[in-house]
Amino acid sequence: MANVTHVKKSCAVNPLKMSAPIGAALAFMGLDNCMPTLHGSQGCTAFGLVLFVRHFKEAVPMQTTAMNEATTIMGGMDNVEQAILNIHKRAQPSIIGIASTGLTETKGDDVDGYLEIIRRKHPELAELAVVYVSTPDYVGAFQDGWAKAVAKLVKELAEPGPKIAGQVNVLAGSQLTPGDIEEIREIFEAFGMKPIILPDLSGSMDGHVPDNFSPTTLGGTTLTELRITGASEFTVAIGEHMRDAAQVLKNKCGVPFEVLETLTGLDACDRLMSLLTEKSGRPAPNKYRRQRSQLVDAMLDAHFYTGGKKIAIGAEPDLLWGVGNLLAGMGAELAAVVTTTASPLLEKLPAQEVLIGDLEDLENRAQDCDLLITHSHGRQMAKRLDIPFLRLGLPMFDRLGAAHQVTAGYRGTRDLLFGIANIFMAEAHEPLPDDWRNTDSEGASCGSCTSAAAH
Amino acid sequence: MDALSKKVQEVFDEPACGKNQAKSEKDRKKGCTKQLAPGAAAGGCAFDGAKIALQPITDVAHLVHGPIACEGNSWDNRGAKSSGSRLYRTGFTTDINELDVVYGGEKRLFKSVKEIIEKYDPPAIFVYQTCVTALIGDDIEAVCKAATAKFGKPVIPVNAPGFVGNKNLGNKLAGEALLDYVIGTEEPEYTTPYDINIIGEYNLAGELWQVKPLLDEMGVRILSCISGDAKYKEVACSHRARAAMMVCSKAMINIARKMEERYSIPYFEGSFYGISDMSDSLRNIARLLVEKGAPADLMDRTEAIIKREEAAFWQAMEPYKERLKGVKVLLITGGVKSWSVVSALQEVGMEIVGTSVKKSTLEDKQKIKELMGEDAHMIDDMTPREMYKMLKDAQADIMLSGGRSQFVALKAKMPWLDINQERHHAYAGYSGMVTLVREIDKALYNPMWEQVRKPAPWDTPVGAASTPRLTADRALEGTPTAHPLAA
Repeated sequence: MANVTHVKKSCAVNPLKMSAPIGAALAFMGLDNCMPTLHGSQGCTAFGLVLFVRHFKEAVPMQTTAMNEATTIMGGMDNVEQAILNIHKRAQPSIIGIASTGLTETKGDDVDGYLEIIRRKHPELAELAVVYVSTPDYVGAFQDGWAKAVAKLVKELAEPGPKIAGQVNVLAGSQLTPGDIEEIREIFEAFGMKPIILPDLSGSMDGHVPDNFSPTTLGGTTLTELRITGASEFTVAIGEHMRDAAQVLKNKCGVPFEVLETLTGLDACDRLMSLLTEKSGRPAPNKYRRQRSQLVDAMLDAHFYTGGKKIAIGAEPDLLWGVGNLLAGMGAELAAVVTTTASPLLEKLPAQEVLIGDLEDLENRAQDCDLLITHSHGRQMAKRLDIPFLRLGLPMFDRLGAAHQVTAGYRGTRDLLFGIANIFMAEAHEPLPDDWRNTDSEGASCGSCTSAAAH
Repeated sequence: MDALSKKVQEVFDEPACGKNQAKSEKDRKKGCTKQLAPGAAAGGCAFDGAKIALQPITDVAHLVHGPIACEGNSWDNRGAKSSGSRLYRTGFTTDINELDVVYGGEKRLFKSVKEIIEKYDPPAIFVYQTCVTALIGDDIEAVCKAATAKFGKPVIPVNAPGFVGNKNLGNKLAGEALLDYVIGTEEPEYTTPYDINIIGEYNLAGELWQVKPLLDEMGVRILSCISGDAKYKEVACSHRARAAMMVCSKAMINIARKMEERYSIPYFEGSFYGISDMSDSLRNIARLLVEKGAPADLMDRTEAIIKREEAAFWQAMEPYKERLKGVKVLLITGGVKSWSVVSALQEVGMEIVGTSVKKSTLEDKQKIKELMGEDAHMIDDMTPREMYKMLKDAQADIMLSGGRSQFVALKAKMPWLDINQERHHAYAGYSGMVTLVREIDKALYNPMWEQVRKPAPWDTPVGAASTPRLTADRALEGTPTAHPLAA
C-alpha cells in the first residue's frame, strides 16, 4: 500500500507529464484513415506532432483549427467548420477526431454544438465521421486524454447489434506500443477469436513503408470495426484507464467486459490465459505453455540480479503499474516513484510513496538507486546521478525502435526482465581489496585505516 | 491598443525588413501574418518562436507560464549547444491547473520564480507568456517587475503567447524582450576594438564553434552571440560591441537595427553557410571593425585566412566532384538561406531541381534566379504529396529539408538530409560545408538503397530482375572501397 502524495510546489521542473489533448490525438491515430485535429492554436498541434515524429520516426498526420487571438475571443465555430471542410477536401479521411485544448476550453467553445450546426449546413459531409472530445490542457495528463478519446469514440460510433460469434473487443491503453498490440492480437487469434483492437497503433504507427503517400493515418481500427464493437461477445480493457470506455460500451450496447490492469508479468499473463480459455472454450495453445515456462525460467535466472535493487521509476499510472509490480515481484524495491495523474491503482502499488510530480522530484529521491526507468527526458538526470537508465514510455526520442519495444505477454515480460537483469550485470561492481575494510571510523583515529582517509 | 498589440504592430512595421521594403504602404500596415487556413496549417506558434530564439542563452532559467502542453510536450528538444551551464536544458513550467484558470495564475508564477531562485540561483529568469494565461489576463510584466524588485535579480517577461502569430513573429517578440529588458543593463569588464556581436545565430549542433576558431585567429572577440551559447551577462553587455553580424535576417532584424539606432553599432547581414558567403562574412566583419577604428592590418590577416581556408576546402572537395556531378537536389528549407546553400552545392557540381522560397525576400528570389536561371523551380508551398511524387518519380536524387518532411522522402525510399534546427551535424563555415557534402555523399551512396528498393520475393515475377536507380548504378561503378574518404 502506497502513500499517494500530490507534490506541493508552484513550479514544475523537468516535466514527466504531457498534455491530455495529444494523448487524445494519439488515440485517434490508432484509427484507419483518420485525421487527428486539435482545436487550438497552431503551436498546440506543432508540439504534439514533433513529439510523435521524434518518438515513432514516422510521418504523423495531425491538423489544427489554427485559432488566433481574435477567433478565440469570438468563438471557434468558423475555424472548426473551415478545418473540417479543408481536411475533407484535401485528405479525404473517413473520420476526423477533434480534441480541444486549454485555449479553447478557457474560452468555453461548445464544439459538440458547433458540430450539429455544421452537419446541418453541410449535407455533403454525411459520410464523414467527426468525433469531438473535451481535453483541456490544464486537467489530467496524456493517458487521461487517451482514455477520454476512446470512451467518446465508442459512445458516438459503436452500434448495438446481434452478437457476432467469436468477435471480441480489446480496448488498448496508452501504455501499449504497436509491438505490444501485435503480440496481443496474436494471442487472441491463437484462441480462435476475432479481436477488434481499439485504438490499433500497430496498423498505423508500426513503421511500415506503404506503396503510396497518404496524408491521413494508414492502418488502424476501421470505422466499420469501430461501429460493430457493439456486436462483440465481450470486451477486454487493458489498463485501468480503459475502464470508462468499456463501461460506456456496456451501457450502450450491452457488451460485458473485464479490465486487465496490465499484461506485463506472470500473474497478469496467467489471468489473460484463464480468461481467454474460459471465453473461447479452448485450452491455451502449446506455444503459450512453452512461453510461460520460458518466463518462469527467466524469472529464476534474473532474480539474482534484481533482488534487493533500488528502482527509481517515473511513468504514467498504467505503465507504472505493470513494470512496478513486475520489479517488486522480482525482489526489487520501488524506492522512488513518480507519476503524472491520479489513478485508483496508485495506492495499491508495492511502494512506500507514490508522488504525482515531475522528474525533479524523482531526481531528488533517486540519489542512491540502482536503476532509473522513465521516458527519454530522464537522460539528463541519469547522467547527473550516474546511474543506469532504461528508457520506457513516450516520448523515446533518442533511441530507435520505440514502437517495437514489447513488454506485454509472457514473451514481452521475459525480454523486459532480461533487459533489466542485463543492465545490472553490466553494472556489476568488481570486488576491490578494500571493499570489506571498516571505513566507518575517521581515518585519523586508526593508524591502519589510512586508505579510508584517502576516500 | 494594449502593450502586446502595439509591440506586434511595431515588429510588423520593421523598416529594415527586405519583405517590408518591397511592400506598398497599405500592405505594410496589414502586417506579415497570413491568416492561417484551419485544417491546412503547419508550423509552430509565437511562443515556440520566442523559446527557440532565447533558449540558447545557457545560464538562465526559462520558465513557461501556462498549462503543461507548452513546456511538457516540447522541452529539451532543440539542438543549441552550450560550452558551460546546462540550466537552459532544464524544463521549468507553472503547469497551471483548473483553479489557476479560474482564479488567475499570477501568484503561482511569482512563487515559481521564488522556488527557482532558491533552488537554482540563476543570473536571470525569463518568463514566457502562453495563450491560456494571456487569455485569463495574467499580467506577467507586473509579476516580473514585482519579482525583480523583491529578489533583486532580473526576471524578464517574454510576451509572445502562441495565438498572436507564427514562429517568426515569436522570434521578433523575443528580440523585443531582450531590447527592452536585457541589452545595455550591464557593462563588460573590458572592451577591445575587435568586439563584435553575432545576432541570430543559435549554435545549433555547435555551429558557432565551427566559426569561432577563425574569428579567434583573426583576433576578433565575440562580445555576445545572440543567442547561441550565450551567457546572460554577455547579452546584457552586448551594447558595447563595435560591430555586428546579423545571421538569420528574418528572425532578429529588429535587434540589429535597434542596436544600430541606440548604440551606433553598424551591422551587416551575412551567412556562415556556403564558401563564398562565409568568406564574405569574415571580410565584412573585418571591414566594419576597421571602419570603427580597429588597426587596418586586420583586413590582411583576414584575407590570408580566407585564402588558406578556401584552398583547403577545394582540396577536400576533389574526391567528391566526380561522384556528385549532376546529382539532382530538392531543397526545402526556411531556416537556412536557400540561395547561399544553392550556390555552395552548385559549386560542387550538383544540380538544384527545386528550392523553397516560402520565407525568402524578393531580393533572395532574384539571387536564386541568377544562380539557377530564369526557369528556376521555386516552390512557394509544396504539399507532402507533391514532394513524395517528385521523389518517387526520380525528378530528384536527394531531398534536403527539415525533420517534418523527413519521412516523405524516406517512405519514397529516397535519400534525405536534415538541414533544419534538429539536425545533428554542423554545417557552418568551411569545415561545415565539407561536412554537408560528405553527408550528402554518404546518404546517396549507401548500399542500403539498392536493397530496400528491391521488390519483395512475392512481388517479383519469376525471372525478372529489378531495375536499379541512378545512385545504385554509380555506387557500383566506383571502386570496391566505395567511399573516397572512408579511410
